[in-house]
Amino acid sequence: MAETFDRVKQIIVDRLDVDESKVTMEASFKEDLEADSLDVVELVMELEDEFDMEISDEEAEKINTVGDAVNYISSQS
Amino acid sequence: MLQDQVALVTGASRGIGRAIALELASQGAKVAVNYAGSEDKAEAVVQEIKERGGVGIKIQANVSKDADVKRMVKKVVDEFGRLDILVNNAGITKDNLLMRMKEEEFDDVIDTNLKGVFLCTKGVTRQMMKQKYGRIINVASIVGVSGNPGQANYVAAKAGVIGMTKSNAKELAARNIQVNAVAPGYISTDMTDSLTDEQREQMLSLIPLKRLGEAADVARVVRFLATEDAAYMTGQTLHVDGGMVM
Repeated sequence: MAETFDRVKQIIVDRLDVDESKVTMEASFKEDLEADSLDVVELVMELEDEFDMEISDEEAEKINTVGDAVNYISSQS
Repeated sequence: MLQDQVALVTGASRGIGRAIALELASQGAKVAVNYAGSEDKAEAVVQEIKERGGVGIKIQANVSKDADVKRMVKKVVDEFGRLDILVNNAGITKDNLLMRMKEEEFDDVIDTNLKGVFLCTKGVTRQMMKQKYGRIINVASIVGVSGNPGQANYVAAKAGVIGMTKSNAKELAARNIQVNAVAPGYISTDMTDSLTDEQREQMLSLIPLKRLGEAADVARVVRFLATEDAAYMTGQTLHVDGGMVM
């Protein structure tokens, strides 16, 4: 879980160009990390590549916070 | 001009699609020739591309079926490693007077001509977003702007394509994906060969340039939209109709 969080965090920092300290499990992509909807779609695509998995559109829509993403990825591996 | 780029042209076994595939290949693009049923004709297009020193493959897929589209896009990327240009050209007609038009005739045309554009665009977007580069060119029709009796289904689909072009252009612009359309007028193809002399005369009287268009006339404009020459254009519909609708 901690390792997953670190990998997810790194992708978010690179992709959204935000300060590492802002990326917490509770942080909302749209409200706290200033991502727009398309940023989130792109982010999900990168996570799929990074973790070599497929995240369905239905699941992707439920991902609002960093924690949502980390928990979903952890539940699948 | 399109060296090292990869293009997918739907409905490319004949008519305007075939001309577009050959035109893009002549500019150095590797071209995936999509077809729904005419395998022989698609193979002939691929052979023609190869004879002229180009690279091409044919891929069967029904653009109105999501699974087909996914398989097609995957095959292009597996084969060539990227996908720079999508030309949404596949289209059918099932003309009938409004009062006689069957629900099925309406649905079939909307499925291929409008939903097909949606599915193919959606299908390539992921790859294009990753590349941070893409050009999507939709082949609409001038009747999508002007209307045409007997073509409620076709006109609705083509007007829909023009609208979707604008919407997709706005949505994808930030990712360096440009979406434009061409609206051909009366182009000499299998679709127009069946006209009577009288119908043909009638048609010519509406065209300021006084001739039917050739598929190559449309293909050259599509090529323009695919190149860097059109770098500052998105969401536009270019009329290629001899001045018929201004």
